[in-house]
Amino acid sequence: MFRDKPRPIIQVRDLVAGFGENIILKNVSFDVWPGEIFIILGSSGCGKSTLLKHLIGLKEPMDGKVSINGIDISEGSDEKLQTVLRQCGVLFQGGALFSSMTLAENIALPLREYSGLPEENIDYLVKMKLNLVQLSGFENHMPAELSGGMQKRAGLARAMALNPKILFCDEPSAGLDPITSAEMDRLFLDINHNLGTTMVIVSHELSSIFNIADRVLMLDKHIKGVVAEGNPFQLRDHSLNAYVQRFFSRKPGAAH
Amino acid sequence: MAALVLFIFCSRDFLPPEIEPGIFMTAESAFNITDKGEGEVVIAFSGAINTNNAAEFVGAINKELQRLRPKLVTLDLERLEELDDFGVSTLAGIKKTVNSFRGIFKLSNIPPPVQKILTAYNFDKLTAPPTALRPSPDIFIKLGATSIDYAGKLAFAVGFLGESIFSFGRFIRKPRILRFGDTVYNMRRVGVDGLPIVALISFLLGLIMAFMSSVQLKQFGANIYVASLVSLSMTRELGPIMTAIIVSGRSASAFAAEIGSMKISNEIDALFTMGINPHQFLVLPRVIATFLMVPLLVLFSDIFAIAGGLVVGITMLGLTVDSYLTQTMSTLTLFDVFWGFFKSAVFALFLSWIGCLRGFQVKEGADDVGRATTSAVVSSIFMIILLDSIMVVILRYY
Repeated sequence: MFRDKPRPIIQVRDLVAGFGENIILKNVSFDVWPGEIFIILGSSGCGKSTLLKHLIGLKEPMDGKVSINGIDISEGSDEKLQTVLRQCGVLFQGGALFSSMTLAENIALPLREYSGLPEENIDYLVKMKLNLVQLSGFENHMPAELSGGMQKRAGLARAMALNPKILFCDEPSAGLDPITSAEMDRLFLDINHNLGTTMVIVSHELSSIFNIADRVLMLDKHIKGVVAEGNPFQLRDHSLNAYVQRFFSRKPGAAH
Repeated sequence: MAALVLFIFCSRDFLPPEIEPGIFMTAESAFNITDKGEGEVVIAFSGAINTNNAAEFVGAINKELQRLRPKLVTLDLERLEELDDFGVSTLAGIKKTVNSFRGIFKLSNIPPPVQKILTAYNFDKLTAPPTALRPSPDIFIKLGATSIDYAGKLAFAVGFLGESIFSFGRFIRKPRILRFGDTVYNMRRVGVDGLPIVALISFLLGLIMAFMSSVQLKQFGANIYVASLVSLSMTRELGPIMTAIIVSGRSASAFAAEIGSMKISNEIDALFTMGINPHQFLVLPRVIATFLMVPLLVLFSDIFAIAGGLVVGITMLGLTVDSYLTQTMSTLTLFDVFWGFFKSAVFALFLSWIGCLRGFQVKEGADDVGRATTSAVVSSIFMIILLDSIMVVILRYY
């Protein structure tokens, strides 16, 4: 829907990330375009989740720039970051629901903080959000009473509460059975299709990648950066990079 | 026809100034309220009702509706182009407000795309009056549930006590089951790390006691008895109690929080499945470490309190170091000092055990860990005071 606009919604330039002396990622540059589903993938420990933390401003980069919708969030300005984050939703790995609140309260929290709507409208919205993730009727359940998949779906409903323009997800299918995982994929596609939400998803689930990704960014821990970027089918069929081929064909192999 | 026209434009106001008009922009949207008289109101929407403008629309429309209190409200959606869930909630909110005046709510001229969205979000079901709510449980049911809950907790505590006694028995028979490294580590945490605060508080307590009593004793020229008062009350009562209270605040709470978070991250289950007795692994080292360290802390507490009294004695009462210490020595018996140690060892046993118990009682969630921590401190302090009272009575009569 926004494909023809020339401006990327997320722009990363020469990002260097790490802890202290230990550099995990260097020279990472890529763009995410409005409305696309962009998957960051790679083997365990290659810095996927670290990269995601940089994109949502949880970590400051050692060097380089991250801009969201034209605003540079890597400068360390809290005000700018807050402005940007209000247009973003984040789904954490375990759902990160607040355990002391019911599902309805969890979802109502960002709505109460930011929407400015009266309580009855928030009630309706909570119902619609739960309906969106097929959890109608679970309003008054506590997070601990739900299964892992349901907690993730509820986390997704909370992340989508303010209809963000960008949704970040950290391994949404981790720990889920194939059917639940496919349901999550279906939800992502629906949300992307109906609301035009741009999605940045960290994953290494091959089936999800082929089902939902418009483009992927592949990281490798040996070169500490990007090995490939593009459409997953094209990468699988045409990439000459040995690591990329091994990844898509699920073959073990020695390091580079 | 009295017509009231309200026009609100919502365009780029919601965009932060740094953002150039781009994909976050909304179409120009408006609504228009017309009062047709005889309690009939028509609200015509155009453009979009979405995340960006819903709050503003709801605020303005509700205000007008409250003022007019119409009998019939028709929403004209003919020129509505965009609607999202915030928009649907706006319409639902209007319906609810109108219904609250016993008015009639109607949607008219719904364009097919909007109808599709309303259907997708189950507009009719959303605004249907809620089905009969489950009645809140009877007071007797509540009382029963609470009693059962407490009985369960008590049973758990009794089981835990039994488990502790068994673990201790196993330790006596086979001392090497104790995890020595962990015990030493806990001794450091309870003892060495707790020493500065225990010393400081005891010193100040000695100082305060000497100061307060000197005001009275001075009147009778009994300055020298300040030394007796400070040393006796600190070694027999206040030293053990204060030290135990500080240790519950520092360590019992830490035990509860540690074990509680291990419980919610399945670490206790992991120990169990590996065939390791969680009790032996976690409780025994902590209880033994606390049991060994608290009497030592009490020794320091006694010394520092006497030093605090000494400072007041020298600076304010004109006593010499020698006379103060001689008076202290002549008042105290070895029994007093060891009685203090014994009491503190009993306190230590209970407070560390309660800390661990509260940790094991955690079921799920971060707030449960918080509750366990608070409860560990409160119940161990209560236990300390209770035990002290019992011991005072025992000593008095036997």
